[in-house]
Amino acid sequence: MRDPIDIIVIGTGPAGMAASQVAAKQGAKTLVLDEQSSPGGQIFRAIEANENPKRDELGESYYKGSQLTRTFRNSNIHYLPDTSVWQLSKDRELSYSRNGAAQTVTAKQVIIATGAQERPMPVSGWTLPGVMTIGAAQILLKTSNTGIKDAIFVGSGPLFYLAVHQYMAAGIPVKAAIDLTPKINYLRAIPHLPGAWSGLSHLIEGWRWKREIVKSEIPLISGVKNIRITGEDAATGIEYLKNEKWTRLDGQHILLHQGIVPNINISLAAGCDGHWNEKQACWAIEVDSWFQSSIPGIFVAGDGASIRGGTAAELCGRIAALGALAQIGKITDKERNRLAKPYRHKLSTELKIRPFLDTLFKPADNFRIPKQDDIVVCRCEEITVAQIREAVKSGCVGPNQLKSFSRCGMGPCQGRFCGLTVTELIADILNKPVNDVGYYRLRPPIKPLLLQELANLNSDAEK
Amino acid sequence: MFSTANDRVVDTIVIGGGIHGCSTALHLAKHGMSVIVIEKDYAGRHASGVNAGGIRRLGRHFSEIPLAAVSSQMWHEIEDLVDDDCGFVPSCQIKVAETKEQLEQLKTRAEQVRDLGFHHEQIIDIETLRERLPGISPHCLGGMIVEGDGSANPFRTVRAFRKKCIELGVQFREGLKVRNIRKNGNIWSIQTCNTLFEAPNLVNCAGAWGGKISAMLDEPVPIEARAPMLMITSRMPHFISPVVGLQGRTLSFKQFDNGTVMIGGGHEGRANPETNETQLDYEGLATSARTATAIFPIIQKARIVRSWAGIEGMMPDKIPVISLSRNEGVYHAFGFSAHGFQLGPVGGKIMSDLVLEGKSELPITPFSIERFPANGNSAFSRIT
Repeated sequence: MRDPIDIIVIGTGPAGMAASQVAAKQGAKTLVLDEQSSPGGQIFRAIEANENPKRDELGESYYKGSQLTRTFRNSNIHYLPDTSVWQLSKDRELSYSRNGAAQTVTAKQVIIATGAQERPMPVSGWTLPGVMTIGAAQILLKTSNTGIKDAIFVGSGPLFYLAVHQYMAAGIPVKAAIDLTPKINYLRAIPHLPGAWSGLSHLIEGWRWKREIVKSEIPLISGVKNIRITGEDAATGIEYLKNEKWTRLDGQHILLHQGIVPNINISLAAGCDGHWNEKQACWAIEVDSWFQSSIPGIFVAGDGASIRGGTAAELCGRIAALGALAQIGKITDKERNRLAKPYRHKLSTELKIRPFLDTLFKPADNFRIPKQDDIVVCRCEEITVAQIREAVKSGCVGPNQLKSFSRCGMGPCQGRFCGLTVTELIADILNKPVNDVGYYRLRPPIKPLLLQELANLNSDAEK
Repeated sequence: MFSTANDRVVDTIVIGGGIHGCSTALHLAKHGMSVIVIEKDYAGRHASGVNAGGIRRLGRHFSEIPLAAVSSQMWHEIEDLVDDDCGFVPSCQIKVAETKEQLEQLKTRAEQVRDLGFHHEQIIDIETLRERLPGISPHCLGGMIVEGDGSANPFRTVRAFRKKCIELGVQFREGLKVRNIRKNGNIWSIQTCNTLFEAPNLVNCAGAWGGKISAMLDEPVPIEARAPMLMITSRMPHFISPVVGLQGRTLSFKQFDNGTVMIGGGHEGRANPETNETQLDYEGLATSARTATAIFPIIQKARIVRSWAGIEGMMPDKIPVISLSRNEGVYHAFGFSAHGFQLGPVGGKIMSDLVLEGKSELPITPFSIERFPANGNSAFSRIT
């Protein structure tokens, strides 16, 4: 096995890019691994390709990533794009696949910056062809400069308004936007508004998106309590419940979104401790003030630990890198603290808006915890709400046993699409705290791996 | 014996809720005994619930063959025993030879098994091999086949045994770890974290943890907790029915009805029986991947969706302890060395015969715990 690398960073979103450049600047040998073919993560996806010609419709916040990406490119790092990391151990041994072969490397410090994923939205008909996530529709816009025409946007959260606004600005017709933010959340969020003052620019930006949508031709339907997507072999429309009345909208493309949640698979598979975050209704990874997890030498920065947003993620990345650098003696603890000070200051300002946003955009219970028997929870193995209820009734007490009872969560996605729903659903049926119900024990490979790639493990390594 | 049972005092206490513990409880309960099964996690949590599910007589250790033969019949009628088919699918098992030497070794082996009076292992030539395994690499020369073996769903099997046990009045106390064992007169007292259980009979079916229990009884054994690794692919078009192994290298290969392919084969990760954790060794998994793709090139592009390891109790001679204890009223069945699942049905029958009659009709002498030296100054031998 080769000598351990100083610092390995997984992911090139804001947290990963920031962490890498801080690490490299202090002279650490830094290896950066990312799934995509160019840096940016989800938030700044395809930023280099879109810089020239500059496309206004993507918005100001998107182009904030340009400077970060340029500095990243100019840093003295070893950057491997198109690389999928499928295993990380407690001893910081990491395996990845690239160009059809797998490789194992070890690091003195690992910074996980795997960001967020969209929260699953298990509503009636969500598995029908024609139903996609709003995030996917945004990827199309960023990477291919194209979009889905006449789609019905359904959901809640900042990204919901941003995406509708981006489509509108790009001139792609939007059939309707159904806003699922529960009305009660506005009341609940108001007390947090004074604290959010420092995040005013974010609020103004969001408010501007919404106002422009309201002023446009696009029907914006709010106050919706329930939805169901109709269709036999493909989506033909959506029905929504508003003011105790069901209304139908025809449409072949339904785009769903109800916020983002940390992408925790690699951290949990490595053995990092996690806990249920009730405010954000998702799992979060336990980290200290340097974003180090419960495993020494493994850091989790950015939305991969808990949702803080893109700007905060960048700051977390910088702070985590400083923490890692001090642990391998590249900087002293004193230098670490001094260098981190301005980032910490900015971060605390940045985070003041969170309680407001988390309260306002917490998805309604019925969109997280499906009640209707025939709704599919696990898409890979096609396990329904009724089957999960049945398993719980016959003695299943948590997601891991549920796998053995029903194969729920055992498909190729490794529970990414059903994990949250399953834990909340079991907790709801058993009337137990979600933390007690727990999450899936994750089995590597945490990303799909070809048998052939595994067979070629370390075949081209220096012996 | 056959005292009035309550939730603490019974005729027999079984330690371990794996297939052997459940099967023992089931057979005892069928004879009217009151039984409590104490399990530190939950029934089927370890090797019994997460193994490859092979129901195999092929290639067994000679001393296990008579037991495996009886168990095989029991598997074919498993629904009569537990009211559930346990996902048992009869098929054949094939051990493939890649070289002439290996084929010769298999022929010798088949003869030796015939001399013992068993005829289930048959040699097949290259044509039959290719007929039975159409996707097999052309370099393979023949093999040994057993018809009427098969595979079952491990966790479902343990659940079915457990359910049947409960219907027959067996009590399951899961999530309780045994702290210590004492003897008062003829009664064994088993102290768990919060409850004291008592019974005249004690059966140790604690799997990889069986050595800990036997050590508490002053009968230490050189058992080792090991972690054989398995991996499973995403669904593929159906291309193989038999379960396949190799003579020259370690491999266990099987395609399920749902199209997923399971690849095992002895390569081990690291087991920590104290924390229930297993750590995988990717070099070992890579070796399995190389072997599997060499034998079935068709699966090179298959995606691995999961890999894991169960915790198994390995004995130095690779055969289990199935035995009367040196202590009166104690019985052992553990350390099945990664091939105990098939023996589950017969194992419980043997243990119940030992408890009820003090002997078994099957030849179990090779599995005696007395093949390992006893602790010289046993506290129990002085009392009993």
